[in-house]
Amino acid sequence: MSEPAATTFGEARRQLDVRRLARRHGWTVGVFVLLLVIVLYWRSSTAVAWGPFDVQSVAIDAMPLAFAACGQAIAIISGGIDLSIGSLMALVNVVAARWMVTMSLREAIFFMLLIVLAGALAGALTGTLIVVTRVADIIVTLSMLFVWAGAALAVMTIPGGGIPPRLGTLVTVDTVFTTWLPAALVILVGVVAVVWIPIRSSRLGLALYAVGSNRNAAYLAGVNVARTRIAAYALSGTFAALGGLALTMASGIGDPHAGDIYTLNSVAAVVLGGVSLLGGVGGLIGPIAAAFVLTLVKTVLIIRGVDQNWAQVIQGTLIVVVMMLGGLALRQKGKSGT
Amino acid sequence: MTTTPVPETRRIEVRRLLGDNPAIVLTFVFVGLFIATDIVNRVQSGHAFATPKQLSTTFLYAAVLGLIAAGQTLVMLTGGVDLSVATTVTAAAFTVSRVGTHGAAESIALALGVGLLIGAVNGVGVSIFRVNPLIMTLGVSVITLGLLTVEAQGQFTALVPDFVATLGSERVLSYIPYDLFIWAPIAAVIILGLRYSGIGRMIYAVGDNPVAARLGGVRVWQVQLFVYAMCGVLSALGGILLVGFNNAADLGIGAPFLLPSVAAVVIGGTSIFGGSGGYAGTIFGALILTVLDSLLVILNASQATRQILYGLIVLGLAAIYARTSSSS
Repeated sequence: MSEPAATTFGEARRQLDVRRLARRHGWTVGVFVLLLVIVLYWRSSTAVAWGPFDVQSVAIDAMPLAFAACGQAIAIISGGIDLSIGSLMALVNVVAARWMVTMSLREAIFFMLLIVLAGALAGALTGTLIVVTRVADIIVTLSMLFVWAGAALAVMTIPGGGIPPRLGTLVTVDTVFTTWLPAALVILVGVVAVVWIPIRSSRLGLALYAVGSNRNAAYLAGVNVARTRIAAYALSGTFAALGGLALTMASGIGDPHAGDIYTLNSVAAVVLGGVSLLGGVGGLIGPIAAAFVLTLVKTVLIIRGVDQNWAQVIQGTLIVVVMMLGGLALRQKGKSGT
Repeated sequence: MTTTPVPETRRIEVRRLLGDNPAIVLTFVFVGLFIATDIVNRVQSGHAFATPKQLSTTFLYAAVLGLIAAGQTLVMLTGGVDLSVATTVTAAAFTVSRVGTHGAAESIALALGVGLLIGAVNGVGVSIFRVNPLIMTLGVSVITLGLLTVEAQGQFTALVPDFVATLGSERVLSYIPYDLFIWAPIAAVIILGLRYSGIGRMIYAVGDNPVAARLGGVRVWQVQLFVYAMCGVLSALGGILLVGFNNAADLGIGAPFLLPSVAAVVIGGTSIFGGSGGYAGTIFGALILTVLDSLLVILNASQATRQILYGLIVLGLAAIYARTSSSS
């Protein structure tokens, strides 16, 4: 009597596991399938033989957005949103390009570490302002967007500066093991692994998700909400700084307006990557894959002879449509929940 | 019974008075800033700034920001925000000069139509698809700017019709700017409309508590669609006046108005969360920012300094309003 019951229970549980697994990772898998489809389409639309160079250029193009998406994902997972990412990236871009141009490689690498640290502090400042003033995340980060953008303009009004040549080739030319594995991709995966994985599995990682899914419940469970939110924005600032550095290494110059599109595109990548705008759900792998999807869409369009500005329009439209579908999904969920 | 509570209550009374009538404080700020600018200008160049001519110029400049911020006020009263106002201004300004050869009436109508379209797209995204307003309007703004860049690459004769140029830059009786004849009636309609009309009350209701508004029978999506569409039209109107003032349109013409439009609304005391505030405060906000801008120009402040300053003003004021509203 008890044995069959146990089996059905076990079966139900297994079914639940499968369903839970599908629900948890289905979206991410979907994004990777989408990425694969776009890559195949891209592959079929060029007559020229497809080489390691193409892989490299995509990795370079996507790296800044991938970092930005990681930062945005952490902010959104913790229940906030960081609109200042794009202009913080621009600020990092111009600071790096203005002062690194005369440096040796070793000095430049040290300087980059300092910049990442400064990015973390800048993010922590934003987070502290949000916690202390109790103003909505959106307004504070919107204000910071203008503050960082103004600071970027103060550093450099017109594009200029540069980087040590060796540093540029590190990202744009170097490969690891085979010519098919660009250094840019290795750096991206390596940095995300080194920064995010230890945090994700630590107390702080759990706290980020807890605060994001229900702030009051997290508080009642003994989570230090204020400290967690500040940490989330500090991480977001760290990744924004990394994105700005990636931007500098890819383009080789500083441009105070280079970061403009990354605020919107990072949010789009995060939503497309399966992170709920309500917070508490998602990871970084989805947003990174989505960053590649968004970058590739534009690349493919330009390869197919579409004017660069039209490509921008189409990419923007795609982002808005993704947001609308995301909104619709959220609405359905809300309806079924109530 | 002790003496300490007395100043406390008096302070609360003062705060309540000022909270209910932001116009009093804002008038003081406006006059103070005007006098400060006058002093700085006298020190710098020996000329007075506090002249009827400069006051008239301030209103002439402020009309553009005032109209853009009018749309922003309506949107923010419902608890949203529109980050596409700057590109809408650019789109309208560009449209006027693009089809200016067809005459003033046609170019103005088309520019307003473009504004309505942009606003309606925003409204549909926010109200029906429930996209976060920031994201929706930012996305629409990127698309619009892309389309404008594509269009600007084509061959055409740019011309700002004389009527538009007169409207945007000239004055009657040497002191009254023409654009005041556009701004003043619209301001009156918005202020009275928000207070007395059905849609006006519904805008407050939606901003205060969308769920309660919906349960109370308000079709929330219609109200949201309305405010975003109106914001598009009002921004386009601002763009028309701006291109009349500049007598030429480039693709960066609207960009400097984005943060000031939000700042003017926040200075005017409209809550960022929606539901309280109004357009009268925003008008003062627009005037104050215009004088502040003149002051910064006189002080030779760069675009960078101005941007940082506007960012800090919005942040600081939002923090002050958050504090006063949470303490009461």
